[in-house]
Amino acid sequence: MYKAVVYVTLRQSVLDPQGHAVKGALHSLGFDEVKDVRIGRYLEVELDTSDLSKAEERVSEMCEKLLANTVIEDYRFEIVEG
Amino acid sequence: MRVAVIVFPGSNADVDLYNAVEDVMGVPVDYVWHAENDLSRYDVILLPGGFSYGDYLRCGAVARFSPVMEQVIKAAEQGKLVMGICNGFQILTEAGLLPGALLRNRSLKFRCKLSALRVENNDTAFTRDYAAGEVIQIPIAHGEGNYYCDEETLEKLKANNQIVFRYHGENPNGSLEDIAGICNEKGNVLGMMPHPERAVHEWMSSADGRRMFTSILQTWRERNSVQAHS
Repeated sequence: MYKAVVYVTLRQSVLDPQGHAVKGALHSLGFDEVKDVRIGRYLEVELDTSDLSKAEERVSEMCEKLLANTVIEDYRFEIVEG
Repeated sequence: MRVAVIVFPGSNADVDLYNAVEDVMGVPVDYVWHAENDLSRYDVILLPGGFSYGDYLRCGAVARFSPVMEQVIKAAEQGKLVMGICNGFQILTEAGLLPGALLRNRSLKFRCKLSALRVENNDTAFTRDYAAGEVIQIPIAHGEGNYYCDEETLEKLKANNQIVFRYHGENPNGSLEDIAGICNEKGNVLGMMPHPERAVHEWMSSADGRRMFTSILQTWRERNSVQAHS
């Protein structure tokens, strides 16, 4: 059994209004060292498979098809023992 | 002529759209549940606003894989008219029928108000009854209507005259180049954030949306009389 840990974030070229608002809030709390905040999505996908390379291939497909919109988002993932 | 209003779980502007078609176009119209897998009897397919699948993951991301969407894609390929409003626009971009994507409003606020639009392209099946450059009043109601695409796509949109509506005056969501609505290259698929179906009677504060529906009707009539003569 494996688990895919997937991170989806807005592409650098895309403005992130939520991240911008959070940056402002952190600044107003005195965290002046904050240069930028980007907000993304974290997913845990449990996989019923024992084939690691197959799992990587399938998760990659899931990201391309549904989990990320590659017009605006980047994704990366790790496969860990579930 | 028969019009389909697609209903996804979480659609909420389907009734408004249905009523607008009935009131303005006066043609048969059906609600079509998202599980349907045959749209062959419909000439025009409308995707309403709302929050399909609760906007989970991303707006339109899950609806895009509804069984009916394969048929919507097929219909678009056949040249049938497809229009997505608000969440319907988001679904069309997720499905790849229109380029780009809709991001969170730059203000982070849900904006619900009458909005001024400029008709940038009145040479489409959906906008022929407007004058070029005409400013019309159409309501908006969205939190994620901030249109975005990469530079290359933007250049293509401009070169092919695919930018159909721009916000006039205030841009309510921070969209790229004030874009409010676009069409595909062929011109038979249109997506827009504002709601023309909510501006079809004077008592609605504006009746400026009526001409989108009369344009569609006019286009269909013209296409069919051409076919009948050929």
